[in-house]
Amino acid sequence: MRGHGWKWLLCTPALIVLLLAASGPLLIVAVYSFLSPGNMGGVSWEFTLDAWFRVFFRRDIFEPDLVEWNTAHLQVFWRSIWLSLQTTFICAFLGFPTAWFIATRPRHTRTIWLFLITIPFWTNLLIRTFAIQEMIRNNGTINAVLMWTGVIDSPIQMMFTEFAVLLGMAYVFLPLMVLPLYAAMEKMDFSLVEAGYDLYASRLNVLWHVILPQVKPGFIAGSILVFIPAIGAYVTPRILGGGRTMMLGNLIALQFGQGRNWPLGAALALLMLVVVVGALIFYLRVVGRNDEVRRG
Amino acid sequence: MAKARFSITQLPGFGLIAIVTFVMLYLPIIILVVFSFNEGVSQSRWEGFSLQWYQAAFNNTQVRDVSLRSLWLAVTASGLATALATLAALGTTRVGRFPGQTMIYALINQPLMVPEIVTGIALLIFVAAIKVQTGYTGMGYLVAAHTAFCIPFAYLPIRARLETLDHALEAAAADLYASPIQAFRYITLPLMIPGILAGFMLGFVISLDTVVITEFVKSAGQDTLPTYMLGQLRRTVTPEMNAIATLFLALSLVIVTAFFLITRTRGR
Repeated sequence: MRGHGWKWLLCTPALIVLLLAASGPLLIVAVYSFLSPGNMGGVSWEFTLDAWFRVFFRRDIFEPDLVEWNTAHLQVFWRSIWLSLQTTFICAFLGFPTAWFIATRPRHTRTIWLFLITIPFWTNLLIRTFAIQEMIRNNGTINAVLMWTGVIDSPIQMMFTEFAVLLGMAYVFLPLMVLPLYAAMEKMDFSLVEAGYDLYASRLNVLWHVILPQVKPGFIAGSILVFIPAIGAYVTPRILGGGRTMMLGNLIALQFGQGRNWPLGAALALLMLVVVVGALIFYLRVVGRNDEVRRG
Repeated sequence: MAKARFSITQLPGFGLIAIVTFVMLYLPIIILVVFSFNEGVSQSRWEGFSLQWYQAAFNNTQVRDVSLRSLWLAVTASGLATALATLAALGTTRVGRFPGQTMIYALINQPLMVPEIVTGIALLIFVAAIKVQTGYTGMGYLVAAHTAFCIPFAYLPIRARLETLDHALEAAAADLYASPIQAFRYITLPLMIPGILAGFMLGFVISLDTVVITEFVKSAGQDTLPTYMLGQLRRTVTPEMNAIATLFLALSLVIVTAFFLITRTRGR
């Protein structure tokens, strides 16, 4: 039992499955992004940088030498990032007070509140998106209530708008913000809060100078946990949005469907991966620095 | 009038926002469930209680097919993932640091970090290539994809459980002349059972929820309940969809509650 071999042996079956059905295929995606598209989807094995070129640029149909920015793609990138940032902000705005509320309940009821946040987290994302769809459809709950009370005469169009996508994403990703915030608040030293008030600090001052610095790691973790799936969102924009609210995930999927341009789809997928890994590295850097500050 | 006691845990407006958040979190789901019992087709006007949509869902052979396929896939994939994760947890927990450990962690957690759409199209490309080579179009692809995706979820609670186990128990078994295998069979394994059960249940729920990966990996006629629903949502939906969603929710709720109860008894 002295060698390390047996540890590797125990991990091998899991690693084989992961390499075959999770990590390995990512390498194939990288290779495919440098190939030419096949006629009926798929690829033909000729090396080219065309897919990567097309991610950002396009050539004029009549003058192939004229290169311009691919504004359609840039719009989708910008929308993905902007909607994800907005989603993160909304989740933080609602999640912080919610986590605080849970963390300050008496111990025996705290578990119940926490459980109430956890349930949506483990229920199907598709069903929760469907529930939002039922709320905001033209003949859905919100419009029905507004028309019944006489606030409006004709239904407000909410489906297939950026608002719908934003609402849906904030709704499905909210627990991801609350849980790490709660974890940070639970570990918080409330005697420091008390000390702040004893020294005549206002509530705002205590919130800003005592509470926020202590829950910052939870804040960053929650923001990353919301931002990453938001950037990768596919189901929510597909159901609640339309062609004009397409996000990066839908643009990728399109290349493997009607677009029939697998190399372009592969390149876009790698681009998404780069954004996600970038966000993760940013997170590790910031949290690592926080740890150093605390130790120092 | 007595002045309210100053509470250090109170922040103005926070309670209100929290309550509003909880209401917003549950209201859409509650409305979805309520209208699954509606007598009419409307999803916004109540027309009386009826179970007709549940009856319609049960009599819909397509719904029955995809539900059974989903359950079968979830049990198979989560079962496999739990077995593999248990072995991996034994190999990586309580054993000290060893070369390559970081790489093993990175590989195990990789499905958690990569967006599902990226994994989905990666598998689409890979599966398409294998299909051309072998001609095999069975459920094997879905089982493999779901298993890989479930491994990190199954691994977490098993590892957490293992970390709380007392080394002294195994040492005591060894002192009483138990062979390593006997010590594992009669001491370690029984103590790991709650973690393994929790891991299986998490994996089961995750597999049941997975829609994007399934959508890109499945061959013709391999729809699961989520991909079936995804297809249906594009059309005008009747409360039959509410009924299906409600049953689905109920199943998740039962599993999550059981998971909560199992992991809560960990410390005892």
